[in-house]
Amino acid sequence: MDEIDKQIINALQDGFPICDAPYRQVATQLGLTEQELIGRLKALLDNGTLTRFGPLYNAEQMGGALTLAAVKAPKQCFDEITEIINSFPEVAHNYARSHELNMWFVIATETPEQIQQTISVIEQQTGLTVYNMPKNKEYFVNLKLEA
Amino acid sequence: MLDIKDRQLLEHIQLGLPVCSRPYLEIGRLCDMPEVEVIDRLTRLKQQGLIKRMGVIVKHRQLGYRANAMIVWNVPDNLIKQLGGHISRFSFVTLCYQRPRQPEWPYNLYCMIHGKDKATVLKQLDQLIDACGLSDFDKEILFSNRCFKQRGAIYQNPTPALADG
Repeated sequence: MDEIDKQIINALQDGFPICDAPYRQVATQLGLTEQELIGRLKALLDNGTLTRFGPLYNAEQMGGALTLAAVKAPKQCFDEITEIINSFPEVAHNYARSHELNMWFVIATETPEQIQQTISVIEQQTGLTVYNMPKNKEYFVNLKLEA
Repeated sequence: MLDIKDRQLLEHIQLGLPVCSRPYLEIGRLCDMPEVEVIDRLTRLKQQGLIKRMGVIVKHRQLGYRANAMIVWNVPDNLIKQLGGHISRFSFVTLCYQRPRQPEWPYNLYCMIHGKDKATVLKQLDQLIDACGLSDFDKEILFSNRCFKQRGAIYQNPTPALADG
């Protein structure tokens, strides 16, 4: 990743135009040709620097539901618990964290009712209590990581 | 609010926009819609807030952001709005949420700091505590050790749900 790649990543975190030739518009702002921008973006996606290039949806507005959940996974069966939880298609992210509550994951479902159902099944399969921490309010942040 | 064509469109772009000169024309071909209609519909969905934003989703570890701390606070309910608003204005804060307290888990305000290393994150946290007057409130700092799973949006017609964050 060189300086130009970094500029591309930073610029595209701010948004992407919705018009007939959006790459040309962004390329012009960056002083690149459209083909150069497209080529570099493809390479960044292919080599895994970028996860995805596209829309970020608002789950609740789509009728879906999201929550943050956590469990206290005992050390001796940590890997097994990880495997069970990751096997749920409803689990979008899963992180190990340094705390007694040591596994934190996001559950995303198509309807709010399915959140509770998914939690119940996870509790059954793991034998653990799932802490459910849905958001009450989101404070706006300008989510951008400088490359 | 969403009609069948909107849903079709959202389903086709959920895994990514085509990387080619006329991406919206390409999507239109897949959905059997003229380019101009794709542009009009996406513009409206963006204005309505259903599409939070268009752009790149980065893998923060790939960009050298190896330390990620979730900090949870127990703050008085009457101050939470003001504190949340203040915390979220710092550029190193990547998420900020109010969440319900749980039994044996009294925390109600969550924020995330992504940094290049642990020391930097802790320094930024000190800065945040000073600037927002958070020193009197109970908190816990949970660094992430490992990421097991990270995926983007997945949903099916006709009632899409999605995930990210």
